[in-house]
Amino acid sequence: MTPMGFGARAGHLLLIALLAVIFGGLALAVLSLPSESPGLSAQVEAAMGETGVTHPVTAVLLDFRGYDTLLELVVLLLALAGVWSLAEGSPFADRRPGTMLDRLSRFYAPLMLLVAGYLLWAGSASPGGAFQAGAVLGAAGVVLTLTGWRLPVALAGWPLRLILVSGVSIFILVGLVAFFFGAVWLDYPLEWAGALILLIEAIASLAIGATLAALFLGGRPEAHP
Amino acid sequence: MTPAVLYALTGLGLFVLGLYALIVHAHLLRKILAFNVMGSGVFLVLAGLAGRTASGIPDPVPHAMVITGIVVAVAATALALSLMLRVAGATGRARLPDEHER
Repeated sequence: MTPMGFGARAGHLLLIALLAVIFGGLALAVLSLPSESPGLSAQVEAAMGETGVTHPVTAVLLDFRGYDTLLELVVLLLALAGVWSLAEGSPFADRRPGTMLDRLSRFYAPLMLLVAGYLLWAGSASPGGAFQAGAVLGAAGVVLTLTGWRLPVALAGWPLRLILVSGVSIFILVGLVAFFFGAVWLDYPLEWAGALILLIEAIASLAIGATLAALFLGGRPEAHP
Repeated sequence: MTPAVLYALTGLGLFVLGLYALIVHAHLLRKILAFNVMGSGVFLVLAGLAGRTASGIPDPVPHAMVITGIVVAVAATALALSLMLRVAGATGRARLPDEHER
């Protein structure tokens, strides 16, 4: 760091003072909030019977705020489209990992798949679900990428793209089916709600994991076999 | 001071620390990291303040928003990093020009 002139130092102190004021104002706002505020807990609790799942966060994510979650999956795809159009090449040259890393990653990757599957299944009754399982799947992809594994070229074209869009597609498909069977858009029929949510979550977590791993890889996979 | 308020204040601290680093550092990687710290602060405020319920079970709505937010933040970070790589490829350096260089 270069030594600062007087003007720069004064500006720096002013910045710190301004940020302290911002912190103070926000802290006052937080401290003035009521110490007990249930928010929307009661409404969620009252409507839990219509969802087919027993964990409130999963119910909010896939049922009450399904539209929001659907569009968040679209945001992931948009980010990947941006990365693919910007990247000039994957920064990872083909390096041979050491024996230790190679063995460990071979051990970890199946374990991470197992953990992702458990998180997905647990999501209907306890903390877990599509986004957590997808994050673990994505991390497994990152570990494999770092140790030199590459998606086979035959799978890097349309099969990969099919997986990437599958989460959004199944979500929209289920929404449309529910729509045509008399219910509201993205409102699942009661007797099927649990199974439909699990179906959406299973495919969405696969899509989220694939998207995150592809984001980490940088450029289009088929361009760097 | 309840744990919920403590979490929220810690989140505010992270947010302001991130804002400071975002303004002070010219290198784009540091700006991206600073933005991530700010986002983590916001998530901590949301998740912390959701715990202010009588039953002790937190309000699920902010928690659901934070879960999706974390994954979207990771995706946005990846997009920001590839933008940074393009800036570095085009100008030879991954930082914004200083004021006196223009």
